[in-house]
Amino acid sequence: MLSHRNIGFYLLLAPLALWLILLIVIPHINLAMLSLQERVGVRQYETSFANYRTFIDEPLYIMTFARTAVMSILATTLTLLIGFPVAYYIAKMAVGRAKSVLFLLCLVPFWVSELVRTFGWMILLRETGVVSSFLQWAGLASGPVELLYNDASIMVGLVYTSMLFMVVPLVSTLDSLDNSVIEAGYDLGGSTPSILREIVIPHAMPGIVSGCIVVFMLSLGNYLTPIMLGGKDSLWFTELIYSQFIVRFNWELGAAFGFLLLFLSSVIVWAALRLSGQTLERTMG
Amino acid sequence: MIAPDLQCHNLTKHYGDTTAVDNVSFDVPAGSFFSILGPSGCGKTTIMRMIAGFQEPSSGDIQIKGKSVLNVAPNKRPVNMVFQHLALFPMMNVADNIGYGLRRRKMAKPLINRKVEEALERIGLPGVGRRQVSELSGGQKQRIAIARCMVLEPDVLLLDEPLGALDLKLREQMKVELKTLQAAFDTTFLYITHDQSEALVMSDAIAVMNAGHFEQVGSAQDLYHNPQTAFVAGFVGESNKWLGSVTQRDGHYIDIDTPSMTVRAMASGDTWNKGAKAQVFVRPEAIQISREVSALRDYDNILTGKIEQILFNGAASRLLVRSEKGSDIIEVNMPQAGTTSNWSQGDIAHLGWSKDQGVAFIESAK
Repeated sequence: MLSHRNIGFYLLLAPLALWLILLIVIPHINLAMLSLQERVGVRQYETSFANYRTFIDEPLYIMTFARTAVMSILATTLTLLIGFPVAYYIAKMAVGRAKSVLFLLCLVPFWVSELVRTFGWMILLRETGVVSSFLQWAGLASGPVELLYNDASIMVGLVYTSMLFMVVPLVSTLDSLDNSVIEAGYDLGGSTPSILREIVIPHAMPGIVSGCIVVFMLSLGNYLTPIMLGGKDSLWFTELIYSQFIVRFNWELGAAFGFLLLFLSSVIVWAALRLSGQTLERTMG
Repeated sequence: MIAPDLQCHNLTKHYGDTTAVDNVSFDVPAGSFFSILGPSGCGKTTIMRMIAGFQEPSSGDIQIKGKSVLNVAPNKRPVNMVFQHLALFPMMNVADNIGYGLRRRKMAKPLINRKVEEALERIGLPGVGRRQVSELSGGQKQRIAIARCMVLEPDVLLLDEPLGALDLKLREQMKVELKTLQAAFDTTFLYITHDQSEALVMSDAIAVMNAGHFEQVGSAQDLYHNPQTAFVAGFVGESNKWLGSVTQRDGHYIDIDTPSMTVRAMASGDTWNKGAKAQVFVRPEAIQISREVSALRDYDNILTGKIEQILFNGAASRLLVRSEKGSDIIEVNMPQAGTTSNWSQGDIAHLGWSKDQGVAFIESAK
C-alpha cells in the first residue's frame, strides 16, 4: 500500500524534478565548473578564481554591472510609479465590464512577441520615425531628430516591457482590499494621502514587493531591449555575457559573469527587502 | 430648545429611474438609540451612507446638531460608522486601529495612548492593544470597531447591521451589550437592521422602512401594539394574516369576510366601503386555544381546526392549526400550563380571540 503511494508520489514529482535537475541544476554546476577554470595554454586549464579576478580588476566590467543595476532599479521604480495608479484604477475604481476590458487592454500588447514590440518603439523613435516626423511637421524641430540609442529610450523600452508584471500582482492585491476598509479610513477622518500611506500601501505591500522583484530581475536580465533601443554600445551586463560566449568564445569568463549576475542581483534584492522591512515569506504567503 | 443630534429633511435619492429613498424626514434626539428597520433593498443603507457622506442625496437636507453637513466631506463629518463587516484595518494592531482617528487629528502620542487604553477598558478588553485584529473573536472585533469610533466622540454613531456576521448566541449577547455601551458612552446611535428583534430590543425609537419611505416611526411597543399600516403589522413581530372583503362596519369595528370565517376586528382608519379588500392581522399570543368550544364563549371570533404541526421551541413554542373551512394555517402560542398543553398532531382545536386583538387595514380604492 505504502509503496503504491510512493510510486504515485514519485511519478508526480518527476516532471518537476527533471525540470529542476536538467534545466537548472546541471547547467549551473557546469557553468560553475567552467567559471573556475583558467586557460593557461592551448587546451590547458587550471582551477583558479582568475575569471572572477578579471571582473574586479577591470573597471569597465564593474561599471557596466553597476550601470545595469542602477538602470534596472530606476526602471523598477518608474514601473511601480506608473503601474500603481493604473492598478488602483482597475482594481478599485473601474466596475463591471470596464474592469475586465481595462485589464485585458494591459494584457493585449503581450500577445505580440517582445521583439515585435521593441520594433514598434524603433518605428516611433528612429530618425525617420513617427515622432521625429511629427516634430518636424509641427515646426518644433528643424531637422530629423534621433530619439533612439540613448539611456532614455532604453528606459522607455524596459518600463513598457515590464508593465504587465507590475500591474498583475498589484491588481490582485488591491482587489483583495475591502472597499469598506478604505471608506472606514475616510469616515475616521483620514485624508487621501494618509489612507494611501497607512492603509492601501501596507495592504498592497506583498504585491508591490513581488512586482518589483520580477520587474527588477527581468530588466537586469533583459538583452533584447537594451541592445535594440540602446544600440551596440548600450553597455548592458547581459551584452557582456553574450559577447564572452559568442563573440570572444571565452566561455570561462562568460560563465563567471553569469554567476556574478546571479549573485549580485540576489544581493540587491535581499538588500532591498531588508531596507523596506519586508520578507520573502510574507510576499509569497 | 436644543436641536436634535440628527435631522433629515425630505431626503431623496434616485439611481437613474429608481428611487431608493423617497422623501424621508426624521429627527433623532440627543442620546437616543434610533433604529431603521426594513427588509433588504428598502433603502436603509442608502440613508446611512448619505449621512456618513459616501453618497450625495438627490434632494433634501441632513443636519447634525442643527448644522447642514451636505457640503462636508465624509472625513470632516462629526459622525462615525461601524461597518457591516466592521472594516477593521487588518494591517494594524488593535491599539493602532483605535488610535487611527486620533492620529488623524494630530493628537499628541501620550494622549492617544491614554485615550486608547481608556476606550479598551470601557469596552471590557483592557490589555489587548498589542494584539493583531485577526487574533480576536467576532464579539471582540465588534467592540473594537465601536471603540474605534467612540474615541473620536462623534455626535452620532452610525451602525450598519453590525451584528449580521455573528452567530445567534453572540448576537443575543451583543444586543444587550450594545445597549449598555450606548448608555455608557451617552451618544446618539443610529442603527440599521433587517432583524426586528435587534431593533425592538435595543431602540428608543424605530422607523419601519419599506420601498424607500418610512411606514411608521415609534417606540417598540407602539409599533407592536398599534401598527399604522399593513406592512408594519406584518413585518414587526409575528402575525396571522387573513385577506378578505369588508361586509359591514360597527363603530370602530369592522367585519371582514374571509374564506375560513368572518373576522371582526378593529378598523384602522375611518374610510371604508362595502366590498373593499382588507387585511386582518392577529398576533399568535392573542389567540386562545381550547378543546371545548364552550370555553371560548366570550370571544368575538371563533374558529375550528385541526392541529397540523407542533413547533416546539421552549417558552416560544407554537401550534399550527389548519382551519376546517378555507384551510388557512393559523399560528397560536402553545399554552404553557394546565392539562391543555398535551396537544398532539391531528387533534381538533377551537380558537378564539376578541375583536380588540385583531387589526384590519382596508386597501384604499384606487
